[in-house]
Amino acid sequence: MVDEVRAGASGEAENTPTEPPRAGIAIHGGGAGDRIYSVVITVFALAVPALLLLIFAVVTNAAWPALKTFGFGFLTSSDWDPVNDVYGAAPALYGTLVSSFLALIIATPLALGVAIFLSEFAPPWLRRPVAFLVDLLAAIPSVVYGLWGIFVLIPILRSYVMPFLRDTLHLGATPFFSGPAYGPSMLAAGVILAIMILPYISAVSREVLMAVPRSQREAALALGATRWEMLWGAAIPFARSGIAGGVILGLGRALGETMAVTMVIGNRQEIAASLLAPGYTMASLIANQFTEATSDLNLSALMAVGFVLFVVTLIVNAGARWLVWRTSREAGI
Amino acid sequence: MSTGLSARTSLRRRFVNGFMLSLTWIAAVLATLPLLFVLFYLLEKGVTSLNWAFFTHLPHPPSMPGGGAANAIVGTLVIVAGASVLGVPVGIGAGIYLAERKGAPLAVFVRFLADVLNGLPSIVMGIFAWELVVVPMGHFSALAGALALGAMMIPTVTRTTEEMVRVVPSPLREAALALGYTQWRTSLRIVLPTALAGILTGVLVALARIAGETAPLLFTAFGNDFWSLSMNQPIAALPLQIFNYAISPYDDWHAQAWAGALVLIALVLVISLLARAATRSGFARASE
Repeated sequence: MVDEVRAGASGEAENTPTEPPRAGIAIHGGGAGDRIYSVVITVFALAVPALLLLIFAVVTNAAWPALKTFGFGFLTSSDWDPVNDVYGAAPALYGTLVSSFLALIIATPLALGVAIFLSEFAPPWLRRPVAFLVDLLAAIPSVVYGLWGIFVLIPILRSYVMPFLRDTLHLGATPFFSGPAYGPSMLAAGVILAIMILPYISAVSREVLMAVPRSQREAALALGATRWEMLWGAAIPFARSGIAGGVILGLGRALGETMAVTMVIGNRQEIAASLLAPGYTMASLIANQFTEATSDLNLSALMAVGFVLFVVTLIVNAGARWLVWRTSREAGI
Repeated sequence: MSTGLSARTSLRRRFVNGFMLSLTWIAAVLATLPLLFVLFYLLEKGVTSLNWAFFTHLPHPPSMPGGGAANAIVGTLVIVAGASVLGVPVGIGAGIYLAERKGAPLAVFVRFLADVLNGLPSIVMGIFAWELVVVPMGHFSALAGALALGAMMIPTVTRTTEEMVRVVPSPLREAALALGYTQWRTSLRIVLPTALAGILTGVLVALARIAGETAPLLFTAFGNDFWSLSMNQPIAALPLQIFNYAISPYDDWHAQAWAGALVLIALVLVISLLARAATRSGFARASE
């Protein structure tokens, strides 16, 4: 196969009217060609940082009027009043953080369980299908999750899960599960986000667990450890920071997720302690109000929300990549 | 006495082992359930709402039953094609750079930033394209949507191209150089054709990802109830239509939303399966 490719490629070269590969000419002509080639691919590579810089500059510039007007109070004020042109993003910031952490709490144990299952315990014939199904979760578009959330998940949560949590388990006594069970709610957003980030966390965890050297595992087993003790004592400590990276990567996804959340969270500008009440997130605030912005400052305030989202996800993603990179480097040594 | 103690300990250890092992089984079942649950409802509600008119008609106002999403399906293809014009060449070029200059400081930096870019919320891409294209033009357009989605393609295409170029066996490259091929000809004539199937996978994965994106299109492509193929005008897109129909109060439109979701999922899955097929042939080629 490789020979075919090589033959095909050199055959093409013979067809083009170029000089025969005399060494002197090849090196000489190659010098200019190689320089041009090198410049071209370097320019393409530089497009990536340039794009990121451009996005940052454009969003910061558009957000500047609102950031200048409201200052740090933008993050702590709950007013969002287009009539008086006063804006604060506290409910959206709160909703973004709470829904994302809720998603992490639900998704992390499941994702870790699946990763361990796939890397250690699954019978070989089950490995590929289960991995495929879990990976497929990441392929479903956000808007389809939202549609499913509105018509399937929310009715289930409202009729069964919320009354169960509040009344049967008596969690209604705590502020987190008190009050009437709205359908669209922080809880619905958390559950749908958990489903959406699960494949990311599990894929990274699976990879870092598989990167744990065999000798590490075999040493633990040879000392008489059970498979679980081998995992807990030898494999997981080795993969720890990579798994943390995967979780944080999932957090980054959850923080920025827009459509599905917008469709199930209820979009209410209020900070409610109860997870059964509706809320708002930064991304859904932008999605809902952008085309209806009434003034320049209103638009700039939405841009400022985008700016905060940009900065937060940038930090979270950079941190996650660094953790994953550190693990893979350690595994390499 | 010591034997009794160790027997008890080993029983406890074996119990913990079995318990944790079965927990991971439960986790695997629980993690695959949502997917089956989503796909089941998509099929159940989507198939009953799907008909030929969905592929051939324009949307109807809510008072009129029937109608379809022909313009939205075509619109999605137009936006995705526009996005590829930006995303594919830049992504492949950057990917080749990363593969050929593996350890260079710039490569490490670009690789890191590509991953960071990959994690940026899609809605941020939307406001970026809005500010850069919609504001100067004065109106929404397919071009703005294509810019937002094209920017989202770049990191995915970059990283997969890099990986695929890297797995090309180095003897192949060395043989070409030894025969007097220059660096750039070796790259373009030998390495790239060998990695082509893999690069195609990367492009398809990126396409599958952006085809279903809604958030970046909300205030760029905006949507359109009529036929439009112009890059200069607002254009309909399937994800946008699903969103608008899903949050509407009309049962008719809800049915249309399910039908649209089924078509969208089918589109995404077909692209994903093509990508898998391409990878397989790519790896077979590289490892043979």
